[in-house]
Amino acid sequence: MALLEVENLQTHFRAQDGVNRAVDGVTFHVNAGETVAIVGESGCGKSVTAMSILRLIPEPPGKIAGSIRFNGRDLLKLSDKEMRSIRGNEISMIFQEPMTSLNPVLTVGKQIGETLRLHQGMSAAQAEARAVEMLKLVGIPEPQRRVKEYPHQLSGGMRQRVMIAIALACNPKLLIADEPTTALDVTIQAQILDLMRDLKRTVGAAIVIITHDLGVVAEVAERVIVMYAGRKVEEASVGKLFRTPRHPYTQGLLGSMPKLGSSLTGDETRLQEIPGLVPSLKRKLDGCVFASRCPYTTDLCRAVAPALEEKDDGHVAACHYAPKEAVAA
Amino acid sequence: MSAPAIDPTKVAAAAPMPDIMPPVKARKGFWGFMYRNPTIAVGGTILLLMVLMAIFAPYLGTTDPTALAPARRTREPSAQYWFGTDMLGRDVYSRVIYGARVSLFVGFAVAICASIVGLAIGVVSGFVRWADGIIMRIMDGLMSIPSILLAIALMALTRGSVGNVILAITVAEIPRVSRLVRGVVLSLREQPYVDAAVAAGTRTPIIIWRHILPNTIAPMTVQATYVCASAMIVESILSFIGAGTPPIIPSWGNIMAEGRALWQVKPYIVFFPALFLSITVLAVNLLGDGLRDALDPRMAKRL
Amino acid sequence: MFAYIVRRVLATIPVMAIVALFVFSLLYIAPGDPAAVIAGDQATPEDVERIRQSLGLDRPYLVRFGEWVFRILRGDLGVSIFTNLPVSLMIQQRIEPTLSLMVVTLLLAVTIAVPMGVVAAWKAGTWIDNAVMSFAVLSFSVPVFVVGYLLAYIFALELDWLPVQGYTPFSNGFGPWIQNLILPAVALGSVYIALIARITRATMLEVLQQDYIRTARAKGAGQRSILFLHALKNAAVPIVTVIGIGIALLIGGAVVTESVFAIPGLGRLTVDAILRRDYPVIQGVVLLFSFVYVLVNLAIDLLYTLFDPRIRY
Repeated sequence: MALLEVENLQTHFRAQDGVNRAVDGVTFHVNAGETVAIVGESGCGKSVTAMSILRLIPEPPGKIAGSIRFNGRDLLKLSDKEMRSIRGNEISMIFQEPMTSLNPVLTVGKQIGETLRLHQGMSAAQAEARAVEMLKLVGIPEPQRRVKEYPHQLSGGMRQRVMIAIALACNPKLLIADEPTTALDVTIQAQILDLMRDLKRTVGAAIVIITHDLGVVAEVAERVIVMYAGRKVEEASVGKLFRTPRHPYTQGLLGSMPKLGSSLTGDETRLQEIPGLVPSLKRKLDGCVFASRCPYTTDLCRAVAPALEEKDDGHVAACHYAPKEAVAA
Repeated sequence: MSAPAIDPTKVAAAAPMPDIMPPVKARKGFWGFMYRNPTIAVGGTILLLMVLMAIFAPYLGTTDPTALAPARRTREPSAQYWFGTDMLGRDVYSRVIYGARVSLFVGFAVAICASIVGLAIGVVSGFVRWADGIIMRIMDGLMSIPSILLAIALMALTRGSVGNVILAITVAEIPRVSRLVRGVVLSLREQPYVDAAVAAGTRTPIIIWRHILPNTIAPMTVQATYVCASAMIVESILSFIGAGTPPIIPSWGNIMAEGRALWQVKPYIVFFPALFLSITVLAVNLLGDGLRDALDPRMAKRL
Repeated sequence: MFAYIVRRVLATIPVMAIVALFVFSLLYIAPGDPAAVIAGDQATPEDVERIRQSLGLDRPYLVRFGEWVFRILRGDLGVSIFTNLPVSLMIQQRIEPTLSLMVVTLLLAVTIAVPMGVVAAWKAGTWIDNAVMSFAVLSFSVPVFVVGYLLAYIFALELDWLPVQGYTPFSNGFGPWIQNLILPAVALGSVYIALIARITRATMLEVLQQDYIRTARAKGAGQRSILFLHALKNAAVPIVTVIGIGIALLIGGAVVTESVFAIPGLGRLTVDAILRRDYPVIQGVVLLFSFVYVLVNLAIDLLYTLFDPRIRY
């Protein structure tokens, strides 16, 4: 049994001019201790998927259907109170914007300590002592002083470290990181990714990392899920995905990634772009979701939505024309 | 990956996902707008009815609202005197219907005057740096005098007349409007397209006309409805304490002021004008809230 | 910090000066001879001449203004034309009922309105929210004296629970004092409650959209902790600001409320002064109310640091 099993997850939102099918039938799993990346363009439903796992989607206007089993329990069937005892405790989350994700009027120590007081029943003094330890763990100098400071007194990178400290305070089994490095400078990005890798080793949590940055994926993930227009279109181990992408969308994504120094080595090629726009999610689509932008589209693609098929060992893709290897049965 | 021939009957088709919430009916056009903004529909309709009532007052079964008839003083509401008669024997129904004219006129007039003057002051303040400090200090000063008190003080100086009531309430409302306009102007001046126009050598009046004024219309419209509602209430308060519209003219505030002495025994004299006034102000407020939400949801926090 | 306070206090001086100039000028903005305006319709020419002498109309305007300001700074607000008593004495005699009414209303309104707005924001879009918002728009639409009469009619005349009118000084005991103040305070407070509840709801709605609220939820914080620990403190500055600005409504409303409930306070004094055209009294009261208003808002400005650590002076 996997740590997290998401099956046919649908998250829809009621809007004034129709129902937005932000996530429409996503299935995946995460094993204990594993790092899985979910990639895709903005608006493909990857963040909504992450928020749905913790049930942080406001209902209404949203609605979540399907099943999300964590350690065998379906999170969608839990009461609000049971759900709260999981959030920040067994599953925790860090967000994209370290500048705005911390409460400006509470000290750093209070914000780290809150999780500990909620889930481990610590006293205020114990929580603060532990907060200092957590700050030390995430590599913040002078933790004794920092613990009494407010977020505006910290730099962006430090705030993201504080977010990580909050998320890891209760030793969660699963950490969901939604674009954890997007808002940071490149050098800080690398530091934060290193920190996450180190902490993963010490804490042993599984990580779901949501990103649009394939560089980040290559660096930290073991397995990759590619999402497009609210659906999973491909899934494979990092090596297979980068070496032999099966879905034309994944191929497009990889083709639009600049290679460092390519203009110096002489193999300068024009960056590919994916033509067209992501289709509106407000109406049901017939056929393949990528048909409107795919260079290989046929009438079949427009008529019949391709199912996710195993094209190679552990490598699934939703494309009629993706070549199939002989799968070891 | 050239498309190889595939047997369409053998492809694996994805199972369609079910609907998990009922579909949304997209409503378009005028009725759709009204459906999505019920407060505009309700407020607008009531206000329109009140305006029609004021215009067609003579044809609504009214008698002369100023006709005294001491013989039939303080009659209870009945089939003949729908809202009863006051202590001078005047028909309260007729007075209330005619009273709509004064209250609505004061409301609209103040809204228009305060908007125009406030717009002018706000634009000058937003563009002329040296004037800004002086103007805003004066506005701060005026705003430090509670607006009802300011209107009362101004009325105390002058003889009661509808014109003076409008003037007094307008003066009290101008600071708020000009501050709003100044805020909009200052934020627009930061916009890149205004910078671009300045850099291209466009003259200030043209920038104001083309870029600034169109953007003040939405917040000004909303503000004007609130000023209108507030003006009708202040008019009634001024009349109520005897410093407003001259008693000879029936306004809702005046009718209530006259019923004041008898309110414990003849509450209907106060009740009917109060009801009409409240419904009308409510309609204007609903209209304002609806416009605010429809024109700019983000404005909700500024007003 | 100290420098900020000094700067902030100094900044109120020009505002107060403009208020004073405006109040002083009231008499001269009016059309006609100020002395005749003051004297009233039944005045003899001798009366007008006597008033003209006392106003010192023959001297320059700014000199008269300067003298007037100096007299005020010494606590001399002039003498009532009608009663011949010093205005400061008349204000002293009337200040307790008004102060009582305003303090009771303020406390009542803040305790009711803030939780109301918080709940409305939390339950946004539900019937609770709609009820709060309907109450608010209704309160904005009914003049304060109508609310007063309605309350007096129901709770005093029909149900006989509370006194219809009048005021009992605090020295006669808390019970009788508060009994007389409940209805006026509710009447006066209705608009104020609506104002505070609306800004609380609007600010809370905006704060609840913020990323840090999502972080708090992701931590497993409960609804009450999210609303009152994480959100309300962030919403405090706009709410407190509006509580301060709204005091203008209380001052304006007090003038009317005191008339409805026959409370012998500054509001009644104002109305009587207006009907008698007793200018020194009108000037004194307007000046006093405005200064109190400015000072209260100054105090609120200085309180901001308590709510938001980002505000540094």
